[in-house]
Amino acid sequence: MASSETLTSQGYIKHHLTNLTFGNHPEQGWTFAASGKEAAEMGFWAVHVDTMFFSILLGGLFLWFFKKVADKVTAGEPGGAQNFVEWIVDFVEENVRGSFSGKNPLVAPLALTIFVWVFLMNLMDLVPVDLIPYSFQILATLFGADPHHVFLKVVPTTDPNATFGMSLMVFLLVVYYSIKIKGVGGFVGELTLQPFGKWGLPANLVLEGINLLSKPVSLSLRLFGNLYAGEMIFILIALMYGHNIAVSLGGGLLQLGWAIFHILVITLQAFIFMVLTIVYLDMAHQHH
Amino acid sequence: MNINLTLVLQMVAFAAFVWFCMKFVWPPIVGALAERKAKIAEGLAAAERGHKEQELGAQQAAKTMKDAKSKAAEIVNQAQRRATEIVDEAKQEAREEGARLVHAAQAEIDQEANRAREELREKVASLAVAAAEKILEKEIDPTAHGAIVDSFTQQI
Repeated sequence: MASSETLTSQGYIKHHLTNLTFGNHPEQGWTFAASGKEAAEMGFWAVHVDTMFFSILLGGLFLWFFKKVADKVTAGEPGGAQNFVEWIVDFVEENVRGSFSGKNPLVAPLALTIFVWVFLMNLMDLVPVDLIPYSFQILATLFGADPHHVFLKVVPTTDPNATFGMSLMVFLLVVYYSIKIKGVGGFVGELTLQPFGKWGLPANLVLEGINLLSKPVSLSLRLFGNLYAGEMIFILIALMYGHNIAVSLGGGLLQLGWAIFHILVITLQAFIFMVLTIVYLDMAHQHH
Repeated sequence: MNINLTLVLQMVAFAAFVWFCMKFVWPPIVGALAERKAKIAEGLAAAERGHKEQELGAQQAAKTMKDAKSKAAEIVNQAQRRATEIVDEAKQEAREEGARLVHAAQAEIDQEANRAREELREKVASLAVAAAEKILEKEIDPTAHGAIVDSFTQQI
């Protein structure tokens, strides 16, 4: 909270909720955005470097660890790492077997990737809010950057780009498999011929269209909303550290309590994302 | 909180991760799990089989033991029967032998008695002749009167 002396609470919160954005600014060309306003002005051609960095780092960590175990996996007595990996794989496989009735070699690895990746990205929420951003600020200052213009959000799932990226991918898979399994006619028929029969076609299209489109939206917004709110509460608790010692201690207790509760939330959100993905894909594989 | 190129890049990253997981991570781990499952099932089946075999062996052993016991009892019975038979036979033989001996002794006694009687008879005859000689005071010609003496001895 070194920045609290120079920043207001509002500024502090705003600072924490701004991504490190690299993009094409209409006036300055390709550069890092110095403020949230500049980032917004960049429009579509901008990349949240922090979101990309942490999500790929965590995804890489997940795949590196699992691949390492998979390379020397044995059917005999498993070691500690293999035991751990098998526990997760078994858990995911059980869920897939329970919810997915079709046959598709993609679904289980997809579910595993979602579960572990989302969990790891959510886990970043438990890192004290200022630790990584502040360290990064100091590091960037060494390279001559203005600390007030160095932003960093360490939890990729609090960036709707990340959650929508995943849910859109799932949505594309749902559409792809719906058409592959049921044919174009079957898929269009599903959208237009029920629940009211062919004379209620417009109503059917509205209902089923909303039903279909709500899947990716709800999937990503649920995850984003939960994590964004959780992050926000951590930031608000962190604000207490700027006051006297009693308030700071209270803040410490609150942070501990919220972090413990949040362990449940981040696991649950990863689990929900995984299960809903399986269920949506299962619906895509089912004939009516 | 802007939607921008990050979205597309995230989709690409996500797809790449899923592809990698599907290609290199999931199959070996699940394969090992399935293999272990098969191994365990096999082991359990083998244990079951062994258990059954052991039970069967125990049954067989019990049956063999029972057979052996009954056979042994039979043999002992037979031996006992045979022993009493032998004793009976021996007794019978001894009795017969005894009887035979008694019979033989009886015969000998009879023979001896006969002989003694014969002897006695002859002695009596000669005594009678001697007595007659004395009575007649005359020597009797044994060859001439032998027939008479004989008939006399026969009458004794």
